[in-house]
Amino acid sequence: MNTSSAPRKIRIATATLGGCFGCHMSLLDIDERLLALVEIAELDRSPLTDIKHCGAKIDIGLIEGALCNAENVHVLREFRANCKFLVAVGACAINGGLPAQRNRFDVGDILSKVYGDAPDGRSRVPDDPELPLLLDKVYPIHDVVRVDYFIPGCPPSGDALWKFLTDLIGGRTPRLDYPQFHFD
Amino acid sequence: MSDSDSSFTLDGRIIAFAPGQTILAAATAAGVYIPHLCAHPDFPPHGSCKLCTVTVNGRDGSACTIQAAPGQEVRSDTPELHEIRRVLLQMLFVEGNHFCPGCEKSGRCKLQALAYEIEMLSPHFVQFFPHREIDASHPEFFLDFNRCIMCELCVRASRDVDGKNIFALAGRGRESHIIVNSPSGKLGDTDFAATDKAAEVCPVGAILRKEIGFATPIGARLYDHAPISRVDLAGQEK
Repeated sequence: MNTSSAPRKIRIATATLGGCFGCHMSLLDIDERLLALVEIAELDRSPLTDIKHCGAKIDIGLIEGALCNAENVHVLREFRANCKFLVAVGACAINGGLPAQRNRFDVGDILSKVYGDAPDGRSRVPDDPELPLLLDKVYPIHDVVRVDYFIPGCPPSGDALWKFLTDLIGGRTPRLDYPQFHFD
Repeated sequence: MSDSDSSFTLDGRIIAFAPGQTILAAATAAGVYIPHLCAHPDFPPHGSCKLCTVTVNGRDGSACTIQAAPGQEVRSDTPELHEIRRVLLQMLFVEGNHFCPGCEKSGRCKLQALAYEIEMLSPHFVQFFPHREIDASHPEFFLDFNRCIMCELCVRASRDVDGKNIFALAGRGRESHIIVNSPSGKLGDTDFAATDKAAEVCPVGAILRKEIGFATPIGARLYDHAPISRVDLAGQEK
């Protein structure tokens, strides 16, 4: 069999920023359709493969979570640079979601409230140099990079992700059906 | 009187109207949905949210304030008008704090339902993340100003129907905000009651009844299965 004539597999990568992994759970929730997906697609960098950096140019990059710290921004920029189509998946990536509920408070106040009120009076605000610095506010990803597509939902359902992926891979403009279109 | 004396066309469809009716009211009565937020059949038109913007004889205007007139050519269901409406919704979303997953109104919120109807996939603009207060002083209701879109339906209901004048709009421009008419500024110090019209008109999750949050499960809520264009028309808004 001449394998060189087989069409090149679509390269998909996924990443997560400040979020809960719910959107990745929804991706697993496409159930047995995962088998149809891996027929035509290859999963590159992803928490599911534990590959940390994109190996080749990615066709479709799905990213969940909001920008909460400096590392999130670094991951997002690297991911954007490697992806042909970048897809913001879920409420956190699209509008900051749950993490952005801290935006009404000053980040210094939050840290001292959470870590500074130890009974012995000493501050235990984590300051290990390996820890990424928190941003002043939580930001949606389109504040920092260009985003090609958005899939709303908290999380979007497996059906919504499947509809989006099959539309995009099939060359159609991705469009969610009404029951799949929700913000919660 | 011939038909053309009491009808206009809406996206090519002939709509009959009664004298004094607005384009929005006539369209709704004829079973055609025009997206709207601040308009309510029980109150005089307000014309502030602009979501019902239609093109009448080539000029854009609010369907809720323009009186129907014989022979008008009205366009509503066009990609251009939906784009305008989408931008208006995006601006409403970014200027408040609309965190749908944590809102009891989710699933029956008109702002959210219109975003679904008009397929608003992202807020697009930079979010304001404003600092707004929550007033939980009333025993039966709480006010979450994070979600207020300043449609003034509560202002109109409290003033025109309840005769209590509990709410008002203060400030100008981006400083606009709803205030409560009591010495403390708190809802708990007013005679606001569950039977008030103002208690039921809020289209978003800014005025919410306590103790019944999330009573309706996801999947059984007002706009879970059908878009607002069908649900609200079926509810026979007049």
